[in-house]
Amino acid sequence: MNANLAAGILLQFLELIAALVLAPLLSGWVNQCRALLQNRSAPPLMLPYRQIAKLFEKEVVLAGNASSLFRAAPYIIFACMALASLIVPTLSTDLPFAAAADAIALVGIFALARVFIALAGMDVGTSFGSLGARREMLIGFLAEPALLMVFFTTSLISQSTSLAIIVETLGHREFAIYPSLAFAGVAFTMVSLAENARVPVDNPTTHLELTMIHEAMILEYSGRHLALIEWAASLKLYAYSCIGLALFFPWGIPQGVGIETLLIAMPALLFKLAVGGVILALIETLSAKMRIFRAPEFLGTAFLLAVLAMLVHLLLEAGK
Amino acid sequence: MEFLFVLGIPLLGGLVLALTGHRRVAAEINAVFSLLTFLAAAVLTKRIIDDGPQRFFDEQFFIDSFNVFLVALTAFVGFTTSIFSRPYMRIEHEHGRLTSGRLRLYHSMFQMFMFTMLLALTTNNMGILWVAMEAATLTTVLLVSLYRTAASLEAAWKYFILCGVGIAQALFGTILLYFAAEKVLGHQGSALLWTHLDAVKGQLEPTVLSLAFVFLLVGYGTKVGLVPLHNWLPDAHAEGPTPVSAVLSGLLLNVALYAVVRCKVLADGALQSNLASLLMMGFGMLSVVVAAFALSRQKDIKRLFGYSSIEHMGIITFAFGMGGPVANFAGLLHMTVHSLTKSAIFFAVGHAAQKSGTQVIDNIRGLIKVSPTVGWGLLLGSLAILGMPPFGVFASEFLILTTAMKQQPWATPFLLMALGVAFASIFGKVQPMVFGDTTVKRLPHPPALLPVFAHLVLVLVLGLWIPPYLADWYRTAAKLIG
Amino acid sequence: MNAASPYFGQIINLLAAILLLLSFAMLSQRRILSLIDLFMAQGAVLCASTAVVAYATGQNHLYVSAGITLLLKVMLLPWILHRLIRRLNVKWDVETLINIPTTMLIGIVLVIFAFNLALPISQLAGTITRSTLGIAMAAVLLAFLMMITRSKAVPQVIGFLSMENGLFFAATSATYGMPMVVELGIALDVLVGMVILGVFFFQIREQFDSLDIRHLEQLKDD
Repeated sequence: MNANLAAGILLQFLELIAALVLAPLLSGWVNQCRALLQNRSAPPLMLPYRQIAKLFEKEVVLAGNASSLFRAAPYIIFACMALASLIVPTLSTDLPFAAAADAIALVGIFALARVFIALAGMDVGTSFGSLGARREMLIGFLAEPALLMVFFTTSLISQSTSLAIIVETLGHREFAIYPSLAFAGVAFTMVSLAENARVPVDNPTTHLELTMIHEAMILEYSGRHLALIEWAASLKLYAYSCIGLALFFPWGIPQGVGIETLLIAMPALLFKLAVGGVILALIETLSAKMRIFRAPEFLGTAFLLAVLAMLVHLLLEAGK
Repeated sequence: MEFLFVLGIPLLGGLVLALTGHRRVAAEINAVFSLLTFLAAAVLTKRIIDDGPQRFFDEQFFIDSFNVFLVALTAFVGFTTSIFSRPYMRIEHEHGRLTSGRLRLYHSMFQMFMFTMLLALTTNNMGILWVAMEAATLTTVLLVSLYRTAASLEAAWKYFILCGVGIAQALFGTILLYFAAEKVLGHQGSALLWTHLDAVKGQLEPTVLSLAFVFLLVGYGTKVGLVPLHNWLPDAHAEGPTPVSAVLSGLLLNVALYAVVRCKVLADGALQSNLASLLMMGFGMLSVVVAAFALSRQKDIKRLFGYSSIEHMGIITFAFGMGGPVANFAGLLHMTVHSLTKSAIFFAVGHAAQKSGTQVIDNIRGLIKVSPTVGWGLLLGSLAILGMPPFGVFASEFLILTTAMKQQPWATPFLLMALGVAFASIFGKVQPMVFGDTTVKRLPHPPALLPVFAHLVLVLVLGLWIPPYLADWYRTAAKLIG
Repeated sequence: MNAASPYFGQIINLLAAILLLLSFAMLSQRRILSLIDLFMAQGAVLCASTAVVAYATGQNHLYVSAGITLLLKVMLLPWILHRLIRRLNVKWDVETLINIPTTMLIGIVLVIFAFNLALPISQLAGTITRSTLGIAMAAVLLAFLMMITRSKAVPQVIGFLSMENGLFFAATSATYGMPMVVELGIALDVLVGMVILGVFFFQIREQFDSLDIRHLEQLKDD
């Protein structure tokens, strides 16, 4: 029992390391795929690491009226994202931390990070910061219910809100077609695009003032603060990818703890993330950035789909 | 054999007129086909009276005393309408309101419309009943928009969309009916045959059937023109050519009501409650009251009588809702006399509107000076429809009122008030149209007034004395409805 | 019901879910041409589900109705609609009377209502498709909503046809389809109705120079 717990804690630690290491890699991979799909010469895979490292070495320049909140925000955001990626089962479902927080708490953690980044955006008082913060809150306000609905649907299927149990049930059931999961999957994809500031809603590479959301909030950051925020952003993408993979493609996440299961789980995770990255790059290449006023409609559709998923589950799948 | 003729003649007529409808003799061809249909229907009626209910073609068609009387009525009014439409449409043509091509469409669709109504009446299959009702809508959409004016297009569009949506509800009801029937009768074509359903109606699942009846009532009720689904009716009556208004009011509404009553028989058998009766009484009463109060606001003479049709359909629905031998008898009688009177009124109104070149009530004045026959026809028809003795409408309304007093006392004051309001509104509007100074002009063709007076004489006769065989026949039908 | 029915049931459920999704997509669609494509897709899903039901239950007459669906709703009606649009030079965008997110929210309420209404009936049904009855009903109501909220004639008619799709799906899921002769009759009515409407569109356009049915609101009681 004790050995098991120790192994569990070790595994949890390993998962954190994996998240911190893999997250920038995933961002780099998506950028590379995107460049290739758009016939541009691809940036090196390791570019995000180098950028983060470079930013850590640089000196921090703070605005004269920046408060302590502005300085604390990057650490809080980074901690939130690291915590989030701890809760999501990636390498095993038998995680000691998983019992501490369920899917709803996860949404709460994301919301906490959002509040701080928005506050930080408004802190210095530049017009761009406030503009970005306002837009970010608008999107969050619409995306959160949809995300919750997606979690509710999967919770209904597995009769639990704990992510670990959801993944276990979904991963080890007999094969059955769940139309509700398909709907929820599409809804989740749409929410993820919005939450991670990807193309139809926001553009992570733009600095075009009228359209940017995420970039607008962090314009005032520099040095290690910026590094942390960039790192947190890639962690967020990683966490969302892992949630998507865990909910909708849970195969390959083992229940137990041990070297041999890890040997299956790690390559499986890498493979799934790689494929997910390609798909994300494809979506971003194929769709055009929409006007900011269309974003509510986009997220409304996601919410609709998530609600439909729940209804369809109640009608078609309940009682079977 | 007669039965085949009843359906075959109008169908053939529709095809023949599709080719020849633009010729000058088309009106006569139309009348001849209608006459033949009427003769075939008369022979068929005689046979049913003599031999009792009959089934044809593997039970796909079923004729009993209830629907044969409607078949005879439909064929008769169809025939008289075709006589009326001969000079009427010719005048419209010469006034330049219609081209030859549209006359062809009119004649062909008139016969097809007769065919679909007769099919709806005679089929034993509740599914085919739906198909025929939808087809009846489709044939009349183009008739309503025949003049291609902005108003007639609007009326036809409203008619199509509202009746289309309504009839979709009826299809859902039919599906539910089949769903209930399938459990008892098995999965086969015969599970939608009314005679089979009637035989096992006690075993049909009550929950499903109550839902089915609600959908069927709303669906077919839209075509009956029951409030609040009546919006299409005044527009379609006002904007279509007058012969079309006459058959819509006189026949189509009857056929739709017939469908409702057939469904009610099944619902009554399956449900322990009197849900069907209550629903029909409620819709009927609402229609009577709303239509009666709408009458006084009308400025267009054909709209006025369109609302009057809603009111009378409400009365008949209410009567069938009450049920029982007397109320059903009265309902059937009212169906007959309303059909005859209302078509006669539309014939007279058509000529009156043609003579004065407008349908606006205020601009039609002093009909009696120029054309005493049209004037008297309109006046007598209006008096008849308002329930003045000794016309037949009085007899049937009297029966309905007395039954209501006995069975549903709460309804009597509403009915009496509505009838009183209707009387005041219609008489007050028609009286100055008939008497007073004139504005109307002479027409190139003499009006066909024979149908007007033939109908009115029949209504008068029915008011004074119902022939014994006819009374027997009504009684049998009333018993069938239950 | 044979041994393989759980899988067939799942496939039918999936198709039903797609049908519902397509209904919502039609409700939110802004362009007429895409609307027609969605209608076509809906017809294809309907055809597929009818065929699966036919195969799973051995009801051979359902193959015929699947064939009719394919012919009528996937090929003929979209073709007629495309031709009409081209001949009429209809503007491509659809105007709605209520904005689309609100419409969607009303749509969700309608779906819940339909599911509740269908629940007692579907429990009585013995078909493997019974749980889809609620979806069929929802599709009917959504099509109805679309008819109410669109201001142009062509989308209204597509809504009408989509409503017929929903009814057809209801018939398949509750009772394995109506008797053949009735289905043929319904198909004939739909086709004739479409042709008549085609004629009608030209008349409306000729009269008003537009297919906006807001022109058709002149008739009043007084």
